[in-house]
Amino acid sequence: MSALLLAESFAERGARERARALLDAQSFRELIGPFERLASPYLAAQGVVPQSDDGCVVARGTIGGKRACVVATDGRFLGGSVGEIGGAKIAGALELARRDAERGTPTRTVLALDTGGIRLQEANLGILAVTEICDAIVALRMLQPVVAVIAGRVGVYGGLSLSTALCSQIIVSEGARVGLNGPDVVETESGIEEMDSSDRPLIWRVTGGRMRFEQGFATALVADDVEAIRAAVQHAFEAPRELGPLEPQAFPDPRLDLDTFLRAMGIES
Amino acid sequence: MIETLSYEYPASDAVDRRAHVGVVASGNCEILLEPARNGNASVVVRTSVTGFGATWNAVLARFFVRNPVAVQIEINDFGATPAVVALRLEQALEAAR
Repeated sequence: MSALLLAESFAERGARERARALLDAQSFRELIGPFERLASPYLAAQGVVPQSDDGCVVARGTIGGKRACVVATDGRFLGGSVGEIGGAKIAGALELARRDAERGTPTRTVLALDTGGIRLQEANLGILAVTEICDAIVALRMLQPVVAVIAGRVGVYGGLSLSTALCSQIIVSEGARVGLNGPDVVETESGIEEMDSSDRPLIWRVTGGRMRFEQGFATALVADDVEAIRAAVQHAFEAPRELGPLEPQAFPDPRLDLDTFLRAMGIES
Repeated sequence: MIETLSYEYPASDAVDRRAHVGVVASGNCEILLEPARNGNASVVVRTSVTGFGATWNAVLARFFVRNPVAVQIEINDFGATPAVVALRLEQALEAAR
């Protein structure tokens, strides 16, 4: 209980505060901030109120004293969905980081993603943005680690889960989720026998951070604690551990009852 | 449908800097506050909940009676209650002073 009270939650912060938390104290400097008013031009026409930063924060600063850039999506605004503007901010930051690396002034780049994926209201532009982000990640990770932090309330689903999988380092929290199709989509498409989207323990048994770490999809599993996540990010840059090819592994059926599943996974409940 | 509402109020005090608070999430709103050059207070509200113009005016008028600050405010609202709006306004002003 005392540990719970002492921990400073990362998940409870908004995107801007998450970026601030990952950068060294006092080093946060936002690029294309809310007063630039680069909001989505497509939402209002569809009856949705836009947000002045399009739910995506890009911030420069330092991490461990080294030049850094943190990109954070805000899971509270339209599920952290990525449209044209937010997507361009992410891809632009990655492309500038590649240019920096090529010029010999590397910029530590962190993607703190909390997103349901491509924004449905901007479907094709969102898909285009994800392809640009994927391209930019692949180009940058040839030169330096690209670190993803998945530790928000939404996690990462949809198109951005593909981008996440391309990162060289993936830090997940136990409360976060990583998956391609969300539970509702799986239930709709494949039936409730395949996935009961109201069964939250089942959702975490399939897509939760611990499961993804055990499966080898993530390089680090962290508590929902700002200091722990900061330490994991620094470690990711200082002692990079590339994700190898995934070996086929046998995992217990997540649809078993919870206790049986946890015992089979060797996790104490 | 989105409703866009505009209001103006008399103002006398200046603020030092601009401030951004809040989020466009259910029951919440985002506020951008900037010092105004013309010495008046003006507010533009974009909201997904239509038909509450009088309520917005009541909340804003009370805020500017208590704090007659010459600012330009933009609110992006996603169904914030009057209490939440009042708190967000106070928060924005605190950050701007």
